Amino acid sequence: MSELLRNIFRFAAFMLIQVFILNKIPHLHRFITPYIYFLFLLWLPFSVSRQWLLIIGFLTGLTLDYFTMTPGLHAAACLLIAYVRPFLIIILTPKDSSEFNYREPSPRAMLWTPYLIYVFVLTFLHHGYMVFLQWLSFGSFLDFIIKVIATTGISMLLIVTVELLFPRKLKFRTNTA
Amino acid sequence: MRNIFLFIRRYRTFLSFLLLQGVALWFLFNYNRFHKAKGLGIANEFSGWVNSKYNNVEDFFTLRDENRRVHQMNDSLMNLLPQNFVSADTSVKLVKDSLPYDTLGNYRRYYFRPAGVVYNTVNSQKNYLQLNRGANHGIKDNMAVLSSDGSAVGVVVNVSPNFSQVMSLLHVQQKVNASLKKSGDFGTIEWDGKDPRLLTLKGIPKSIDIKKGDTVLTSKYSYNFPPGYMVGTIDDVVTDKSTNFYVLKIKPSARFYNLQQVFVVENIQYNEQVNLNQDTRKKIEDPKNYKK
Repeated sequence: MSELLRNIFRFAAFMLIQVFILNKIPHLHRFITPYIYFLFLLWLPFSVSRQWLLIIGFLTGLTLDYFTMTPGLHAAACLLIAYVRPFLIIILTPKDSSEFNYREPSPRAMLWTPYLIYVFVLTFLHHGYMVFLQWLSFGSFLDFIIKVIATTGISMLLIVTVELLFPRKLKFRTNTA
Repeated sequence: MRNIFLFIRRYRTFLSFLLLQGVALWFLFNYNRFHKAKGLGIANEFSGWVNSKYNNVEDFFTLRDENRRVHQMNDSLMNLLPQNFVSADTSVKLVKDSLPYDTLGNYRRYYFRPAGVVYNTVNSQKNYLQLNRGANHGIKDNMAVLSSDGSAVGVVVNVSPNFSQVMSLLHVQQKVNASLKKSGDFGTIEWDGKDPRLLTLKGIPKSIDIKKGDTVLTSKYSYNFPPGYMVGTIDDVVTDKSTNFYVLKIKPSARFYNLQQVFVVENIQYNEQVNLNQDTRKKIEDPKNYKK
């Protein structure tokens, strides 16, 4: 399967899961809405340029926004993580190895600890910024803090579960092959 | 000049980040004020198409509840049929027809249209429903939406040719006029964005005797909702000593979790009422009239 096709499938799958399952499951608690669609952005290949990352991030967020009737909310949050992502990858991976040997960020390419830090920081930024924008129009500050923490927690749980249940088979690429 | 181009070239990622962020925030804050999103017409058609495909499957799982509600609704309508009533005077015959007004001069004021819910959430602070009827089927902004058992659900805020978006009662910006069944006092139904099982009714003075379980109906003063339809029952009375008004927690009678079929209710005189209201305000508050 080509890179492009694989990512289009992923995009559709994540959107459908987010819109029709996670947004519709009976209310867990007023602070918690589970989010996972942005994992699509975290899984994009290393080779995507920063400009394209921004555009893809914006469109991903906007697609979800039109389903939830909040135009701009998720788009702004996705844009932020798409912008921060390359910097994090540079910090968290050894310069010479993974970026060239593996296709995309994953526990195997980055090792578990750096990968979890990578996921955690981006999840936190996404939720923090999104809840902050919601809070601007409505809500109290304590709600804001608890909501960010609770939503980040549940999203991390979901993402780790997904990584353990569906390990992606990534080939180790060498120059000789 | 060359330096400016160099600057833009050097920081183009950051600049495009700022630009797109600006676009996103502009969408967001514009939308909250006017409930009109940019490009919503096309996007609504697309999301509506996806939602209705999904809804075809989902409907099967709520059929039982839906059937029961429809059956109850039918039952209450059967009781209203003219042949249930016997007139003592045999020379008088009850005639009902579907003309806009009857011989007693009663005009039709509300018009009901059926619609199906294709998307619905309860776990956001701003919840919307999407219906599979739109401008092509006569749906307009500000029409009221009742669930299949006749309890208040929300108000239409946006319409595309084949779909429409409804601002649910579970939306922090929603305000609906409602009154107590017992005494007829009216207040405003709001939602605090916290618990989707409870709405808030404000504006009922404390001089009125209130008990838990009292019924709250849509009010006669509402422009979009027909009067006398169920909103919910009083679940809790919050005592607030700083005001002379109750803050009442209302248990909504509409089941927002599994809405499937709804009625879209048009107030045929809506425009007339709203225009009259605005004209009156203009007339009274116009500075020209003050000086006289």
